Amino acid sequence: MQHIRAHVLICAGTGCTASGAKRVEAALQEELAKKGLDKEIKIVETGCHGFCEAGPLVIVYPEGTFYVRVQEEDVPELVESHLYKGRIVERLLYKEPVTHESVPNYNDLSFYKKQQRMVLANCGHINPEVIGDYIASGGYEALAKALTGMSPTEVVAEVKKSGLRGRGGGGFPTGMKWGFTQNAVGDKKYVVCNADEGDPGAFMDRSVLEGDPHRVIEGMAICGYAIGADEGYLYVRAEYPLAIKRLRIAIDQAEEMGLLGENIFGSGFNFRLKIKEGAGAFVCGEETALLASIEGKRGMPRPRPPFPAISGLWGKPTNINNVETFANIPQIINKGSAWYASIGTEKSKGTKVFALTGRINHTGLAEVPMGISMREIIFDIGGGIIGGKKFKAVQIGGPSGGCLPEQLLDLPVDYDSLIQVGAMMGSGGLVVMDETTCMVDLAKFFLAFTQAESCGKCTPCREGTKRMLEILNRITEGNGKEGDIELLEEMSRNIKNTALCGLGQTAPNPVLSTLRYFRNEYEAHITEKRCPAGACSALTGYSITELCKGCGLCKKSCPVEAISGEIKGRHNINSEACIKCGACIAKCPFKAIIKG
Amino acid sequence: MSKDQTNQCCCGGNNEQFAKLDEVLVKYEGVKGALIPVLQEAQNVYGYLSKDIITRIGEKLGIATSQIYGVATFYSQFHLKPRGRNIIRVCQGTACHVRGAKAILQALEDNLKISAGSTTPDLKFTLETVACIGACGLAPVLMINDDTHGRLTPEAIPGILAKYA
Ligand SMILES: Cc1cc2nc3c(=O)[nH]c(=O)nc-3n(C[C@H](O)[C@H](O)[C@H](O)COP(=O)(O)O)c2cc1C
Ligand code: SF4
Ligand code: SF4
Ligand code: SF4
Ligand code: FES
Ligand code: FES
Repeated sequence: MQHIRAHVLICAGTGCTASGAKRVEAALQEELAKKGLDKEIKIVETGCHGFCEAGPLVIVYPEGTFYVRVQEEDVPELVESHLYKGRIVERLLYKEPVTHESVPNYNDLSFYKKQQRMVLANCGHINPEVIGDYIASGGYEALAKALTGMSPTEVVAEVKKSGLRGRGGGGFPTGMKWGFTQNAVGDKKYVVCNADEGDPGAFMDRSVLEGDPHRVIEGMAICGYAIGADEGYLYVRAEYPLAIKRLRIAIDQAEEMGLLGENIFGSGFNFRLKIKEGAGAFVCGEETALLASIEGKRGMPRPRPPFPAISGLWGKPTNINNVETFANIPQIINKGSAWYASIGTEKSKGTKVFALTGRINHTGLAEVPMGISMREIIFDIGGGIIGGKKFKAVQIGGPSGGCLPEQLLDLPVDYDSLIQVGAMMGSGGLVVMDETTCMVDLAKFFLAFTQAESCGKCTPCREGTKRMLEILNRITEGNGKEGDIELLEEMSRNIKNTALCGLGQTAPNPVLSTLRYFRNEYEAHITEKRCPAGACSALTGYSITELCKGCGLCKKSCPVEAISGEIKGRHNINSEACIKCGACIAKCPFKAIIKG
Repeated sequence: MSKDQTNQCCCGGNNEQFAKLDEVLVKYEGVKGALIPVLQEAQNVYGYLSKDIITRIGEKLGIATSQIYGVATFYSQFHLKPRGRNIIRVCQGTACHVRGAKAILQALEDNLKISAGSTTPDLKFTLETVACIGACGLAPVLMINDDTHGRLTPEAIPGILAKYA
């Protein structure tokens, strides 16, 4: 057998594929063959590294050199220089946004340094389509340990002691939930994995499923053993075709190796998994709606109790958890609950994966220990705000969550502290906003989303969110009235108290939390008809600053003669006449005209 | 009559495709909760769910057509009207929103001269919005058929559309 002297890892996740990873891989294969290097250098397709922004990513081992934004054209140089002569290709390295230093090694990137990648440990490092890669990294050992050396009750106890809480939003203690389903009476029970990932702007579940599908499968099988279920479903949103494909492959391979199916590890335990594709409804992420959808019905929530643990899929006891929750299970069984419980804070154990997006330098996935401060996530890992702009707020928990302003950046991130300040962990989406984001517009964005996704079953949610949205529209269009803020608050309280499911109950949160921390922005829109962030186009006025040199170009470009001034003198905009077309801004050679 | 025309039946699908629907129906015979996967596969074959298709599915699965319409209209994935040859899905999720997704949608609407949710008269393009396709790192993004295009600017839109015209 020929000795492999280097591995070239190419990210084949959704993000990097969109940026051209497949073309890079083809070019690399061709180039290696041309140079006769294809026997000693192996190409490995991996899942997402959580740094899709810099993709396509290529990593060369054993050195661990991290190349970013690699294109087809770069391949000949990469092969000739790095793989042939051993010289790093400087220009393809990542450059830190603040220091502009280029960083050759994976582990030295500021984006990865403060992370503690446990759930994501394999993502980007193994080939997710090869079960042997997962097994070589210790995969399925936990399942073996549970099936051959632990009773179901011991497994449940271990998960309870670990302190793991659900990663799908609510943060309910996972061990306790398993205990309920274990104790429920029924001839048939089910395990369901919620991979609907509805929060628009969160993609950690997608990444885990694409990059390390077996970890989730193993977690589900352990759950099946613990609660006494022999069948499981993965409900995956249809927008994630690659995750579905990789899961299919993974399930087939696990069945072939006897890790799923009959009499696993000779223990007498049987477990089979099926995939159900979602069909594009956010409310199906809610557990009772999800179960209705698996049953082939309209995905509408129903009142609880009965909880799924007692009466779930087809009326049978059902344990439903999120992707990341299941992905945490194997390491808890392997390394023990005491080890797991030593990470994180008193009431929030382990790590959490956050999806960092918005006006931030490093968009991507960050897995950090619970209790780390928001400041560390955004500034140390996230690399700060794009273009050196000023941080304004971060939205956490998506459409059900809330925002945190600058003064709360040092808050430890865990389930309970977030609730206290009017936000919530949610699935872990973090949207960073800078001074150019209007908070009223943001609240409107989320409400428009939940409004459109309301299933319509109950009136407070269906009609209430519609009315609230009308008010927010009116405010951002400059037609806000005295009393609108109070009306929004009152309606929010009503909807929260009377809506049937979590969608309606949490829909007003973005409005309430922006009101809590940015009330003055609402007031400016209503009383002064002004958008302080300069984002609401109906309210943005234009003005000329002292940078004006009096060249007169703007005056000529204005279609409605709203600009006055003498050549060489400071010009002026008549805000009454101005139609906010923006033509003057584009013309001014001295950047003297500003919005807002 | 040309060959093309003889192949068209009233439901918009040809005979060969109708056979495919029956194949799908056989596959799901007796399977619990089969309606949604059947509709998904039928739509893959036909592009949309016509009245005839829904009637046939109802007969074969023994489900009332009214119930099938209830399900098909609930989920945004299902379409009851013919769609364009190229499906554009422009992301309006949070990550894309804060990075200018509105302007991308505007540029698409201006270029195609249709509004979101509709199809060009020549049936070349259908324009839809979607809330996150999980490629948030490349925001703002859109998908045309199975291709994802990221890091978009409004100026890039005409060039991208031209590749599919
Ligand atoms: C409107 C709505 C949407 C939800 N979307 C998701 C989702 O996309 N993924 C998820 O895991 N949980 C979602 N949940 C939470 C689930 O109902 C459920 O609590 C969760 O899957 C339980 O898993 P966990 O205990 O592991 O967190 C949603 C809840 C509501 C009310
Ligand atoms: S709160 Fe909204 S989404 Fe939930 S059941 Fe009521 S109408 Fe449907
Ligand atoms: S924005 Fe348009 S209307 Fe207003 S001053 Fe400038 S050019 Fe004139
Ligand atoms: S174009 Fe700029 S510099 Fe010239 S007159 Fe107008 S504002 Fe002043
Ligand atoms: S898809 Fe390559 S880093 Fe995410
Ligand atoms: S928000 Fe657009 S891809 Fe996620």
